[in-house]
Amino acid sequence: MTITIDLNGNSHEIPSDVGNVQQLLENLNLADRILIVELNKEIVPKDAYDTPIKDRDQIEIIHFVGGG
Amino acid sequence: MLKIADKTFSSRLLLGTGKYPSFETQKEAVRVSESEILTFAVRRMNIFEPSQPNFLEQLDLSKYTLLPNTAGAKTAEEAVRIAKLAKASGLCDMVKVEIIGCDHSLLPDPVETLRATEMLLEEGFIVLPYTSDDVVLARRLCEMGVHAIMPGASPIGSGRGILNPLNLSFIIEQSNVPVIIDAGIGSPKDAAYAMELGADAVLLNTAVSEAKDPVKMAIAMKLAIEAGRLGYEAGRMPERDYAVASSPMEGLLPN
Repeated sequence: MTITIDLNGNSHEIPSDVGNVQQLLENLNLADRILIVELNKEIVPKDAYDTPIKDRDQIEIIHFVGGG
Repeated sequence: MLKIADKTFSSRLLLGTGKYPSFETQKEAVRVSESEILTFAVRRMNIFEPSQPNFLEQLDLSKYTLLPNTAGAKTAEEAVRIAKLAKASGLCDMVKVEIIGCDHSLLPDPVETLRATEMLLEEGFIVLPYTSDDVVLARRLCEMGVHAIMPGASPIGSGRGILNPLNLSFIIEQSNVPVIIDAGIGSPKDAAYAMELGADAVLLNTAVSEAKDPVKMAIAMKLAIEAGRLGYEAGRMPERDYAVASSPMEGLLPN
């Protein structure tokens, strides 16, 4: 079973046992990276990574890149 | 010492982190520059190639203050969104407001910059707006309570140096917060000149990252900024129209 989310502008299927933000980051091998998560245009604070993820959610994973 | 809000810094060089030829060169350039404040941009992660190296993740973050910019924003609302994302990283509470109003010159949009600054100050950010060299705009931003003001020397990445020293001196003279000359610095002489005008600091990126030898240029910029600052503090001699001999006129040898 999978659910489909909009991940950084791409349609992306994840196993349905990926139930929250923390599990999504682990599923993507991003759990130890410096990043910020937006769920349906709202920032998910680091202490709220247990926020559930549902089918059709829109998720942005954002980070810092070189810039002036 | 450079003081921005409640933070103090020994270095008066703020370094951008874009466009370096390699991470190794960049790391070394950052190290030798002795910069303590590094700017970054906030972008969508390329999730599907997560193994790509990330410069920030290779830094000892206890040594640096991060200054995220809002580059990419064209409106105050977009800038505020980017600033909030950056703050949510838990790594920084300062933001460089950068709202481009012209794709060709990359000059900042003064109206959106003012709006974003007001909104971000309200939200409790330490706000450093990047502006043009407009003296009145700089004054209005200072009156709003910004923590530093960052007027550009010339367009971003142009390397044309200081185009309007008179405006920059007016901005420096009237400002009650640090003035950081940002954008357009091309060579060490520009950086020294900015400091001699009385700027509190210089923010540059391309002048180092696009130099033939970025590491050597990072050292050159550090020294230029130190020299310019010392020169400013020392107080330069007056300029005159005509020559004044340095050697005494008394005791000239007879023919």
